[in-house]
Amino acid sequence: MSAATAPVYVRRFDAFDRVLHALLMVSFLGLAATGLPLVFSDEAWARRIASLLGSFEVAGWLHRVSASLLIIVFLLHLGRIGKRLIVKKDWGVLWGPRSMVPQPRDAADLWKHVRWFVGRGPRPEFERYTYWEKFDYWAVFWGMGIIGFSGLLLWFPVFFARFVPGWLFNVALLVHGEEALLAVGFIFTLHFFNGHLRPEKFPMDPVIFTGRVTVDELHHERPGEYARNVAEGSLQSIATDPPPDWLTRLGVVVGGIAVAIGLIIVGLILYAVLRR
Amino acid sequence: MTIGPRTWILLLALVACASTPAFAQRGGKAAKGPDNDTCLACHGDPTAKNDAGRVIGFDGDKFKASVHGTLGLACVDCHVDLKNTTDFPHEAKLKPVNCATCHEAAVASYSSSIHAAARRQNHGSVAATCVDCHSTHEIRSSKDPESRTYPLNLPQTCARCHGDPNIIAQGHIRIGNVAELYKDSIHGRAVSKSGLLVAANCTSCHGSHDIRQRTDPASKVFRANIPATCGGCHEGIKTMYDSGAHGSALAAGSTKAPVCADCHTAHQIQRADVTSWRLDVIRECGTCHADKIKTYRDTFHGQVTSLGFVRVATCSDCHGAHAVFPKSDPRSSVSNGHLLETCRTCHPTATAGFAEYDPHADKTNLARNPVLYYAAIFMKWLLIGVFGFFGLHTALWLPRSYAARRAARQQETPKR
Repeated sequence: MSAATAPVYVRRFDAFDRVLHALLMVSFLGLAATGLPLVFSDEAWARRIASLLGSFEVAGWLHRVSASLLIIVFLLHLGRIGKRLIVKKDWGVLWGPRSMVPQPRDAADLWKHVRWFVGRGPRPEFERYTYWEKFDYWAVFWGMGIIGFSGLLLWFPVFFARFVPGWLFNVALLVHGEEALLAVGFIFTLHFFNGHLRPEKFPMDPVIFTGRVTVDELHHERPGEYARNVAEGSLQSIATDPPPDWLTRLGVVVGGIAVAIGLIIVGLILYAVLRR
Repeated sequence: MTIGPRTWILLLALVACASTPAFAQRGGKAAKGPDNDTCLACHGDPTAKNDAGRVIGFDGDKFKASVHGTLGLACVDCHVDLKNTTDFPHEAKLKPVNCATCHEAAVASYSSSIHAAARRQNHGSVAATCVDCHSTHEIRSSKDPESRTYPLNLPQTCARCHGDPNIIAQGHIRIGNVAELYKDSIHGRAVSKSGLLVAANCTSCHGSHDIRQRTDPASKVFRANIPATCGGCHEGIKTMYDSGAHGSALAAGSTKAPVCADCHTAHQIQRADVTSWRLDVIRECGTCHADKIKTYRDTFHGQVTSLGFVRVATCSDCHGAHAVFPKSDPRSSVSNGHLLETCRTCHPTATAGFAEYDPHADKTNLARNPVLYYAAIFMKWLLIGVFGFFGLHTALWLPRSYAARRAARQQETPKR
């Protein structure tokens, strides 16, 4: 491959997925900011946020708007997967390197990764999606099911009470809050660390905003994917132009704000939990 | 004590005598003391001073308009030591006036009060005597709007001492500036802003002459007597309270049963629909019902009120305020027979299934909330599992990631 034709940038996420992720961020932050004050209602900071929002009706309205947005994002994603499966007959969605489905390779990668952590082996040759990214993905899936369904129960209690026993609302309230703590805690610490804050990426990996990585980065971060593309001769097909500066900058600013808000919320949660 | 017909005749005769100026003047004439004009010649000018420079004058017209003045009492009826004086000016130091000469019952009543007790215990005490509340030469009937003891003026009269920081400190009055507390209460506003004669003023609750400490079982504000005192005006509420669990417990001699002032406070009573009060009273219920407030706070109702909003149910919305009954009592608003209709006051289309929701669910109580119990355990271990696993994962990754970053930098440096 000559230097003149070598692609400097390759595409990792297309515009659709980037927009979905941006909407997911907005709705997730909105849900966290309007929901967590209820979980920590005895904390002064929770009262401060609640009074900033004006009233619990306003907070509840924002929470439901955010929830609706998140449900739309979820349905759009499902629709897209469905289209790839049913219309395009792209079975790679279900298995293989371009699938989010956990596979034996992921267990092997986890084992190798841990060995690398403790200096007992080389870094695993990660493919397009790593095991921790798949965990993030399925955590959101699981969370959508649990939080989404319990949230709908709590949103329309009188309607659902015609079909389900009353104690289910007690369970719904508990799991809605606990699962929210799990989701918020996970995204604002582990997802942020894995994606952005770990020293190799610090302070921010703009790929989810720009959708592009350099070939060097692909080679280093996803050697499996790089090797597969080289072997299949498909590296050219994913080549793209460099991200415009404004997009990179926007990504860093938006991502930075989201990370900052997230870390503040984690700080408030830790403060509340440790004080109990 | 029952009053027999003979006593009535005697009383009527006394009143008839007392109402005629002749009765009073007769006393004066018999002693041949100075008449009022003689006294007022010197004392009728409010600016008059004696040789020592002390003000000795007062407004003679005000005395004439006073209840004593209109009855035609002579100065010497009160200042009895001048009854036989003919040589003026008289000596400077007079005996204190003894109101009991006429007002025997009132003074007897006063002598059992905290004011009198304070004076007996401490001779330097500034605790109120007759004149502090009634004034001296200007005393008017408590029905007279000009009177210090007229219902609309009374709070200010008490505030002369109970709103004065110096007197409060001097008298070691524990409650502090109670006049300030009362002023913004629903009763205080009804008096000062709405001019309601029927609104409770100080004496409505404390009595007038025989004001006693609240630790005194004879006091109108002694714990067990408070419902009766408040019930003097709030009769309907008292009937409900008496029928409910709290009133019954009090009647049975419980010292822990809440009385009116526990929830409503004594002097800062607010309208029952004021947000701050609605929120405070939840905490008040929680001081006894600690387990119930804990589970309440775990639910949406409790969380929203904890954040400071009251559009959702507080204790009294479900349980009632004054006629509170245990759930087992069919009269209870949360009894099986009434629960759904209680839910429907806020959730009008609620169904029987809706009312099965447990507003005091306890995730640690296997018998009461079995599914919730296991759901809580599952969620707890899910959180511990995820954060434990990935926490360790991150802790191991961090130093490796840092080393990788340094290695990458060192590789880049020679190129530059």
